Amino acid sequence: MARVAVTVPASAKRGEIIEIKTLAQHEMETGFRHTQTGELIPRDIITEFVCRYNGVEVFRAELRQAVAANPLIAFTTVATESGTLEFTWTGDNGYLANQKAEIKVV
Amino acid sequence: MKAAALLFAAYGACLQAGDIPLAERRSGYEFMGRETRAMQDDDATNPALFALMDGEALWNRKEGERSCASCHGDAAQTMKGVAARYPALAGGKPINLEQRINACRTEHQRAPAFAYESKELLALTAYVGRQSRGMPIAIEANTATRAHIEAGRALYERREGQLNLSCSQCHDDNWGRLLAGSPIPQGHATGYPIYRLEWQGMGSLERRLRNCMIGVRAEPYAYGSPEMVELELYLMWRARGMKLETPAVRP
Repeated sequence: MARVAVTVPASAKRGEIIEIKTLAQHEMETGFRHTQTGELIPRDIITEFVCRYNGVEVFRAELRQAVAANPLIAFTTVATESGTLEFTWTGDNGYLANQKAEIKVV
Repeated sequence: MKAAALLFAAYGACLQAGDIPLAERRSGYEFMGRETRAMQDDDATNPALFALMDGEALWNRKEGERSCASCHGDAAQTMKGVAARYPALAGGKPINLEQRINACRTEHQRAPAFAYESKELLALTAYVGRQSRGMPIAIEANTATRAHIEAGRALYERREGQLNLSCSQCHDDNWGRLLAGSPIPQGHATGYPIYRLEWQGMGSLERRLRNCMIGVRAEPYAYGSPEMVELELYLMWRARGMKLETPAVRP
């Protein structure tokens, strides 16, 4: 099961810069490691993270093998209007995780 | 003569710096960088969060004949303070929290024991430990435990491995200095199981101890061996009164 956690302020002033923190449970297997018997462990990573604010993309990240397990992504955006922030993580082997958070802008 | 006596005293002090005074003890947390501390402080960014979620699910899942919750109910109440008292004596010998959980599984749940360092055991231990976060570590040296604590202390102070180093030489005598660029902490086991960034995952105190033993080129004790548990008991007694941070983040 793909567990994720996001932290978004419940409310903000219009025009305020808000910090958003996200955490996704993932091994981030690099594809460079071998087992004790010498077989290559296939790559299994999150490759993309997107945040949409009321449908508008406000943040995107491409992830590579160098990113540690359970990637913590923190970023800022401007609180423009009340609504929904949607987070999507996609990755190898059909990995897909979604999360939503509501924000009230006053 | 006086100078000679002073010199002798100073020499003696170098040879055996001895225990860190209680008031000068500092958690490994204080030796970490700002970002790592911030990661631990915020439940939403502490990657051990997922282990806690898994642990809660395991707590409520029926395994064998019953779940943990069938007997113990709400962990937030029944497990509060428990981790601060482990390792504890059972049948005259000390057992750690992982062993307690596994004993409960085999005796009361009639389920197979989890392997050491398995995701399940770490998750359940972290979840139980979490219920005592912020509470002072409460290991007492009394007639029943003293012999085991002293045995643990003997291991802690004994030189071992090709590098011929004891735990005490780094963690009592040289804490705060650098080892390969990293600060040497005082070695207080206040936050186990931890999420260690180097491991990119959770690990127990025994895994950490084995790391150090391999580091000094000694053959590490086996998981769950009496030596390991006595060492754990000594470390927890040594950290008595310090606040439990489980699940801590360490670099």
